Amino acid sequence: MTNDQGHLMIKTALHAGRIMIENGSEVARVSDTIRRIALNAGYPDSKVYVTITGIMMSVSGEENAQIEPVTTRSIDLEKITQVNDLSRHFAAHKITLAEFDQRLTDLDRHPRYFPVWLQLVSAGLVSGTLEVVFRGNYPDFLVSCIIGLIGWGVFYEVNRLAKVRFLSEFLAAAVIGILAILTVKYHLGTSADDIIIGSVMPLVPGVPLTNAVRDILAGDLVSGIARGMEALMSAIAIGSGIAMILQAV
Amino acid sequence: MLNLIIDLILTYIGTVTFGVLINVPRRGLNLGGWIGALSFLAYRLCLMANLGIAFANLFGALIIGILSMQAARYKRMPVINFNIPAMVPFVPGGQAYQMIKNFALGNVSEAISFLLQVAVIAGSIAFGFLLAEMVNRVQARLMVRFSSRWSHENRHNPKL
Repeated sequence: MTNDQGHLMIKTALHAGRIMIENGSEVARVSDTIRRIALNAGYPDSKVYVTITGIMMSVSGEENAQIEPVTTRSIDLEKITQVNDLSRHFAAHKITLAEFDQRLTDLDRHPRYFPVWLQLVSAGLVSGTLEVVFRGNYPDFLVSCIIGLIGWGVFYEVNRLAKVRFLSEFLAAAVIGILAILTVKYHLGTSADDIIIGSVMPLVPGVPLTNAVRDILAGDLVSGIARGMEALMSAIAIGSGIAMILQAV
Repeated sequence: MLNLIIDLILTYIGTVTFGVLINVPRRGLNLGGWIGALSFLAYRLCLMANLGIAFANLFGALIIGILSMQAARYKRMPVINFNIPAMVPFVPGGQAYQMIKNFALGNVSEAISFLLQVAVIAGSIAFGFLLAEMVNRVQARLMVRFSSRWSHENRHNPKL
């Protein structure tokens, strides 16, 4: 093994790890994946330290450790799955290390999201269906769908413009509150409470919440608490958006 | 009975569409929806048998955890693709909303009682996931012992 090979391996492994954390993977999965990549590249003795704001990695017998900061954070389970698939391919010797790194760069550059209209329709359906499941209020199904759709639209646009997740959640929640109260005032809906409960469901921070619990249970206390704070901030943003409107009326 | 069936269909739709929002890969969406509907059925059956809301949530989360792990092994995808969408129908949205509303309107004592309900439900779900993790680990250990393919694939896994 030359030293270059080791450098490429660490670079690829850290790249894979960064993509996974950026898109909402839990920490135990990331360190497991990095360790497997190192093992399959011929370095059974690697040391990895993963937190949700940065990754450090060194290989015994090599000189340098490398650090990869993680600055942006979003939610995209497709990318995590793709990195997982690439890692499996690499383990099965279907791709080389250089190809692996190239594919990771491609993956990072060309995200594969569902089209925006499908996301909007989905947000509407999440709102409507869960409103009925939680509250059993059939007449408000359609209104919840439409308000949930508008709320997600606001969330998506503000997120694209401002790139602050908490701000977009706050504004989306406020818009949902205003619309729910207006529809009830003009007799388009029957219960503002039920409409709001359904319409904020697409905004629920499900990924950070689940990851916080899984991280803490797995013993990654630092990352678990940080994720928990992220989820709590989202919940507070949504809650204060709604509370502001409820107090104003 | 009809209500329950309608709720299950709606849960399936809600789970799949939430999967679209967090960009679950297409090949995992359908299975995630089935897991959501099945675990919600378990939850409703527990409520019908008067086992209490804490136990019902715990049991639902346990079913989600176990089924998600089987789905992840079958489809060879990370387990979060299945358990996050399936968890969405269990979110205590109603209680959380009542808590916010009562805080905003100044009814602090009612708000705190709703806060405690949210805490009980969230805690039960967390412990359900913990139990599911334990079941999955025991299952993996048994599989490693009895299946040669498994013990070959996991020969480097330090957890087993």
